[in-house]
Amino acid sequence: MADLDVQERRNLSASATAHRGDRIFNRTITTAAFSALFVLAGIAIFLGAQTIPVLQTQGLSFLTTTAWDINTDPPTAGIWGMLYGSVLLAVVALVIAVPASLMMSIFMVFLAPKKLASMLTNLIDLMAAIPSVILGLWAFYVLNPTAEVWQQLLNQYLGWIPIFQNASGNFLGTPFIAGFVLAIMMIPIVTSVTREVLSRTPPDLVNASEALGCSMWTMLRYVALPYGRGGIVGGIMLGLGRALGETIAVFFVLKIVFDTNWYNIIESGGGSVATLIVSRFGEISGPYELQLLLASGFFLFIMTLIVNVLANLIVNRTGRLQK
Amino acid sequence: MSTAEFESVDVLESEITTPAAAATTELEARNVSVWFGQRKVLEGVNMSFPKNSVTALIGPSGCGKSTFIRTLNRLHELLPGAALAGEILYEGRDIYSRDVDPVHIRLAIGMVFQKPNPFPSMTIRGNVLSGLKLSGMKRSNHDDIVEETLTAAGLWTEVKDRLDRAGGELSGGQQQRLVIARALAVQPHVLLMDEPCSALDPASTLKIEETIRQLSKEVTIIIVTHNMQQAVRVADNTAFFLAAENEPGRVIEQGATTEIFGNPQDERTLDYVNGRFG
Repeated sequence: MADLDVQERRNLSASATAHRGDRIFNRTITTAAFSALFVLAGIAIFLGAQTIPVLQTQGLSFLTTTAWDINTDPPTAGIWGMLYGSVLLAVVALVIAVPASLMMSIFMVFLAPKKLASMLTNLIDLMAAIPSVILGLWAFYVLNPTAEVWQQLLNQYLGWIPIFQNASGNFLGTPFIAGFVLAIMMIPIVTSVTREVLSRTPPDLVNASEALGCSMWTMLRYVALPYGRGGIVGGIMLGLGRALGETIAVFFVLKIVFDTNWYNIIESGGGSVATLIVSRFGEISGPYELQLLLASGFFLFIMTLIVNVLANLIVNRTGRLQK
Repeated sequence: MSTAEFESVDVLESEITTPAAAATTELEARNVSVWFGQRKVLEGVNMSFPKNSVTALIGPSGCGKSTFIRTLNRLHELLPGAALAGEILYEGRDIYSRDVDPVHIRLAIGMVFQKPNPFPSMTIRGNVLSGLKLSGMKRSNHDDIVEETLTAAGLWTEVKDRLDRAGGELSGGQQQRLVIARALAVQPHVLLMDEPCSALDPASTLKIEETIRQLSKEVTIIIVTHNMQQAVRVADNTAFFLAAENEPGRVIEQGATTEIFGNPQDERTLDYVNGRFG
């Protein structure tokens, strides 16, 4: 025992990087890994610094009211309608994209022949690669006039439901069209995550449910979907993150109005923080308006950050459960 | 055709409706051949399973035993490229005829797999009742069903105080008895078991064998096994499957277990049951 006490204790963890090449490699990738954190922190600090004077002059009403009167003295600004509008667009997009994505992935995993399934997978991944400005242009020239007709029909037959009311008779630049474009952008993300999750349904459980006289539908409802629930929700949140921050595609089709459009999704006019920023930026009136836009950006940044953190939490929690 | 109809067909009735079928035959394979795509994996199997008997299917890996029992409850057809020739008669009726709903067949002919596969997110109780839920089958007194089937599966005393815990928390042997209880809850007449003990330790294996002997008083059991002693211990009848190289599997010999192991007629059977190959 006494011998053991006097023995020198050598730290072996350092020898793992004794090789010189390894040491350089390790430092390089460690730096690269941390640089992502620095960029994130840098953006947050820059935007945060611009937000403080705005909150000092506008107070919390910057978040709770809807106004953009820059030329009055003192200027008043509030982005509530824009924040709410971003969420409304995201909800419209979710309602369209989630069922579509689920059906596509169920088809690819459980029904389609292998060749067709892999072809569809590639096609849907390609969809994710379409630049949003192209989608915006397409939406402006093709979707706009088409969706105008859809919305008129919705209004005509389902107008008794509050969300399908339209008082102005103008069906262009509506949250519905903007949400539809966002849905097209969400579908590839949500579909590829959902497909991945569903394809990992343990074959043992599928076997068990088949042997218990399960139909396809009950197998999905009681086995595959509950098993993949967390991953699917995570995928939806990732798509949501994209929808909340999307700027240019919405810019082409949504008419930005400084008023809160609570639920009239086929009424012309709505809001979106990202699109507010890009639409005002070109015709900015002075340094104070720039600060207002940067502060708006800060809150958009916070909103998407929260959604992404939530998505990660949900996905991680499910990962643990499945083990 | 309703499930109730299947349940009500007892031996006497089937004797009247189909006089050709032997009075005690529950399930019968007539000249069954099976394909995966172009590959023929099983040829000309004729076998009958008397009511409330235990039949063991033995033979080396890849000779078509598992494929054969998957044809008995129409699970085989769910695999891509599956094809079949011949007839499978359940209580005198061909289960592959057009007017038979495969869901009803799978409820009447239950199955237990090699690897225990309880639904991990469901409770023990939920697992037992899952067959009723998944198939939309109506049975009252769920508490009684849970107790009855878990007792029949030899698991009741071990889990009666924690029915609301997740099924995935049980040990492998307990999980396997849980899935047996799950299969019993829909009141099958036949239970197919595909190497049910191959993933279990010897103590759990003995418990499952005990369960099999108890169950055979009420259910017809067909078990695939690689364990010769197990076949001797539990089975009334045994069938020996063998596939020559690049040829489909065939039944070499079948009959009473005592005959197959004690006095086999074919040399290959003798070699196999004595552990000389396979």
